[in-house]
This record gives sequence, C-alpha cells and structure tokens, in this order.
Amino acid sequence: MALIPPPGSPVERAPRTDASIDRDLRDLVETAEEEAFVQRLLTTTVDRALSWARSSSIWPATFGLACCAIEMMHTATPRYDIARFGAEVFRASPRQADLLIVSGRVSQKMAPVLRRIYDQMMEPKWVISMGACASSGGVFNNYAIVQGVDKIVPVDVYVPGCPPRPESLIEGILILQRLIGANGMPSSFDLMHEQGLAVPEDVARIASERRAWAAAR
Amino acid sequence: MGGSSLSDYRNVIEVACPGAVIDEFEGPGDELTIEIHRDHIRAVCRFLKSEPGAFRQLSDVTCVDYLEGNGNGDRFRLAYQLFSMETGDRLRLRVWADAEHPEVDSVTSVWATANWHEREVYDMFGVRFAGHPDLSRILMPFDWEGHPLRRDYPLGGENVKFSDAV
Repeated sequence: MALIPPPGSPVERAPRTDASIDRDLRDLVETAEEEAFVQRLLTTTVDRALSWARSSSIWPATFGLACCAIEMMHTATPRYDIARFGAEVFRASPRQADLLIVSGRVSQKMAPVLRRIYDQMMEPKWVISMGACASSGGVFNNYAIVQGVDKIVPVDVYVPGCPPRPESLIEGILILQRLIGANGMPSSFDLMHEQGLAVPEDVARIASERRAWAAAR
Repeated sequence: MGGSSLSDYRNVIEVACPGAVIDEFEGPGDELTIEIHRDHIRAVCRFLKSEPGAFRQLSDVTCVDYLEGNGNGDRFRLAYQLFSMETGDRLRLRVWADAEHPEVDSVTSVWATANWHEREVYDMFGVRFAGHPDLSRILMPFDWEGHPLRRDYPLGGENVKFSDAV
C-alpha cells in the first residue's frame, strides 16, 4: 500500500472495534443537552424559562458618569469582550435597556437625571453600582456628591474598586446573571450532571464550580 | 504703553481713575497685582480694556473667602485676571467685598465673558454683582440653599466612621 494514495482512490480504514470511540463527543454532548433541555422545558414555568433567557441577554444603558465609565467602555472592547456574556449591546435609549450601570460619582444635580433614566427603563430592570463613588460616595464625602446611589435607585450588584478593572465589572455582570437565572432554569450542563450523562472534562469542572457556588448561597 | 514696565500700570490707573488704587503687590516674575477700591472696579476695567494696555481678555474672575476678614469689615477677596493680547502683559486686579452684604459692580458690560464667571462666584460664595443681566446659579441646582465654597458652609456628606482614629 502506498503511503499516499493517489487521488480518487478509496481510503482504507482500520476496522471499527469499539462503537463508543466512533461517537463524536460533541454529538454526545449536543444530543444529551438537547434531550435534557426538552425534558426540563416541558415541566418548567414560563417565568423560569424567561429568567434563564434574560440572564444571557442583558442590555446595558449607555450612561457613563466618571472615570469608571472609561473602564466600562474598555469592558466592551475586544480585549475584554463583554459580548461573550450577551451584554454588549449598550442602548442609547433607556427604554431598550435592562441594566443601568452607574459608572461613577453621582452629583446632587445629576441624581434626578439618573432616577428619571431608571424610571424610563422597562421592567424587568437591574442596576449595577460600579466603583466606590457610586456605592458609597468614595473619597467625595461632601455636599455635592450623593453618598451611595442606592439612596436613589435599588442596586442589585455592587462592584468594588476605584475604578474597578474590566474583569471586576464582568464579574459583577456574571453575578447578576446568576441572580437573574437563580429563579430560572439550571444550565444544561447541570441537567446533564443530574442525569449522569458524560460531559467533557472541562465542562464538568465548570459545572461543578457552578454547583459549589450555588450551594454556598 | 509698549516697552514700559508692568509696574507703570498703577500710575496710569491712578491718573485715569483718581482714588481707585489702594495698593499694589509685585509677585515673582512679571506678576503684578493691583488692589482696587470696589466702587471703581467697573471704571478701571473699562479703562484697562481700551487704553493703554488693551487688556481685551478677561481670563478669570475668582474669589477667596477670608473668614476672619481684612479688618475693615470685608471678607471676600475677588481676583480679576486680565490678559493683553497686544503686549502679552498679565494683570491681576484685587477687590474686597463686604462681609455682611458682599456686592461688587458687574463687569459684564466690559467683558461679556464675565457673565458666567460672576455667576459662578455668586453661586459658590454668594457675592452679588450689581448690574449683572442674569445673576442666577450656574453650578448648583437652582433651589439650592447656601453657597458651598464659603468657609462656614458645612462640608455635608455623611459622618465618616473611624475618622477619630486617623
């Protein structure tokens, strides 16, 4: 047999002895995932399904206040790529936004503006207080700055830092995703684990971390 | 007045506006500060804009609150930063305003840019400017009470925990 068969000639393969080797692991995962999804979807509620869907499509409002906004913009750049988590669509209109990232110090004069933007957002809506100034006033303990934006709007996640790095903001968004999805459906990988389905090693590790996180709450 | 020294401005102002100059202070370099009686500030500014130095630009109007006062019942010291594009000279005029009812003539009619500068001084220090076309707040909300940059204005905010341990 020639090492390189001429074009058009049939390729000889070794006989298949183990059927499990032949199955593509990706096919296995996708099939199991789909089965688990369908099974759970039939028994869930619309509310939980919606929460699950919403957690992966958080659209923030375009609302930069101070130096934290520079990091917020950086979070959307290719280096950090907030699009990986479905939150890259910064909307110029609050009516199209789900998430208000309060990125910086809020002055007394800006406070009613911020509240109005929050009121204009459609339900359901969430707020991330980004950085020390938005969370507590930061170093600006004076007459001009609101000492914590939670005096104006309800805050779901506080992100510490001065300013927080993009990784911190992404962590805040991930926490928010878990909060939104907490009442929704578990992930498909969680379902696969429940049913004892084989999952790739790295996927299993991620899933176990998620379960540990959920158990700690 | 090209070619002559900066310190000649005092004499020129005294000739043009008798009784206007109170004192002058020379700082490092080419800095010259002339203290003007507040009744003459608008006349001096109008004169300085035209002749002889042609200070056509008013760079800034600021204020300092000396809570203890200057001994004459005055508390607020205003500074007018002037710049001449023709000679390159910079001149600072200094005016004291009263402690109880601080009021100084507006120079908006001389330099239009004084409009917002004087509104800021009014907003932050409560110094009123007579003859200003629209003396309203410019930085703080319109319904704000008090003037935040006064020395006796409370800092506000919230009590800082553990500040006694600093």
